[in-house]
Amino acid sequence: MNDLAAQAQGYANQVFGPEWGPQAFTLGRTLAMIVMVLVPVLLTVLYYQLVERWVIGWIQVRKGPNRVGYKGILQPIADAIKLLMKEQVVPSGANKALFLLAPILSVAPALAAWSIVPFAPGWVISNADAAILVMLAMTSLGIYGIIIAGWASNSKYAFLGAMRAAAQMVAYELAMGFAIVGALMAGQSMNLTAIVAAQHTDYGLVGWFWIPLFPLFLVHYISGLAETNRHPFDVAEGESEIVAGFHVEYSGMAFAVFFLAEYANMILISTISPLLFLGGWLSPLDIPAIRDAGPAIAWLAAPSVLWLFVKIAFLMFVFLWVRASFPRYRYDQIMRLGWKVFIPITLVWIGVVGILMMEPIAHWPVIGIWFGR
Amino acid sequence: MLSRIKDIASSLMLSELLKGLSLTGRYLFARKVTVMFPEEKTPASPRMRGLHALRRYPNGEERCIACKLCEAVCPALAITIESEQRDDGTRRTTRYDIDLIKCIFCGFCEESCPVDSIVETRFIEYHGESRGDLLYTKPMLLAIGDRYEDEIARDRTADSPYR
Repeated sequence: MNDLAAQAQGYANQVFGPEWGPQAFTLGRTLAMIVMVLVPVLLTVLYYQLVERWVIGWIQVRKGPNRVGYKGILQPIADAIKLLMKEQVVPSGANKALFLLAPILSVAPALAAWSIVPFAPGWVISNADAAILVMLAMTSLGIYGIIIAGWASNSKYAFLGAMRAAAQMVAYELAMGFAIVGALMAGQSMNLTAIVAAQHTDYGLVGWFWIPLFPLFLVHYISGLAETNRHPFDVAEGESEIVAGFHVEYSGMAFAVFFLAEYANMILISTISPLLFLGGWLSPLDIPAIRDAGPAIAWLAAPSVLWLFVKIAFLMFVFLWVRASFPRYRYDQIMRLGWKVFIPITLVWIGVVGILMMEPIAHWPVIGIWFGR
Repeated sequence: MLSRIKDIASSLMLSELLKGLSLTGRYLFARKVTVMFPEEKTPASPRMRGLHALRRYPNGEERCIACKLCEAVCPALAITIESEQRDDGTRRTTRYDIDLIKCIFCGFCEESCPVDSIVETRFIEYHGESRGDLLYTKPMLLAIGDRYEDEIARDRTADSPYR
């Protein structure tokens, strides 16, 4: 890997000269890393959608899609081709420029937020020290895509859906932000790599932040459901009242782009949550007994990107499980849950974390596992 | 007061949500009931009311005597019959149309028929691609009867003790 990088660096210096060579190399390397992150993310979106239909089918005692290709494995590709070939309808009276800009505005932040996500130490496009701020900024920008989509469609259903989505996302953004504050207090950093490193203890999965920050973990994940307008918080597209919400007027590729943004956001939430609370790429069996048990067993304790993928896959599965299990909240219940339950819980728990981190307490027996560094 | 605290505690621990999730989680592994349609079919009763057919006697003579009871009983007015006297003195239909768009598949025509001529078969996999396609005429209905005569006869025998 390093040989390849050195070779590319030398080649860049040769082509662009000593002054522009390093810059060209940095640009090329960044582009390569973006491709290496985004292509798997987009493929995951494609197949997440198929797995969603499978899981919901299985929970409803059906078989789910199994016709296209072996066991339905080509179904998402067939769907993508169908959407590509569909006509892009722009409603009369719609603001055409904004109408077509909205899906882009909604998908761009969803993908840009991946720039700060580390998958293993060093496996990150931008190892920013304010990574969490970048992530919060990007996910809040996604609201603009939805509001503009709802407004530019010139349809009352789309407009109502956009209003609902915006109010809901603003409300849950606060709770989510506070939950993240707890994690960064415990991790003593805003850098995601550092927060994961802070969860490395001698106690395996007990040492991760999900135990001392359990309420914040739950609030973060449930706010993630609400942020992405997923069940049971998907009143923004409540089909019984407002047809499909903000994207009711969209068809073909523009609709597919909204779809992509929603699923990319779901995967992002399922990735941030393990990084903050579930030890990221750390192994759940990372205890001295296994670590020193010889090469046959010790690999179980080694940090690996595969552990992160297992955690992401589980949380992504919970998204689908929740969708198949719970009915939709009423709109005022969503608002009550966000403002009157989650925000107070997170505020109280941030105080609790602060107290646990104070000097004599931080080194007390059990608390010392997480805060006694 | 105590019960209120218990309520709050259980809702904070998401106990009811977890109960729901565990139920759906068990169904995730339950045996699937999907019938893979073109390859598998659900079992059908001998009384199944599907596509109509006009039957013949074993000697090839059509059963229908143009009594028009089915036309009279049809609640959807889907049946149209015209008849005339044939050279051998019997009365036969010259026209026997069933408009399947109007038909509600109640089975009254079959029940009213004194000679078991108009019947409803188990066959349900038909379709029309233009407006006229679902207006079934006498030759079409007779052809269906010829094609499914064995099954129709078997179904009538199986159901006869209960009629």
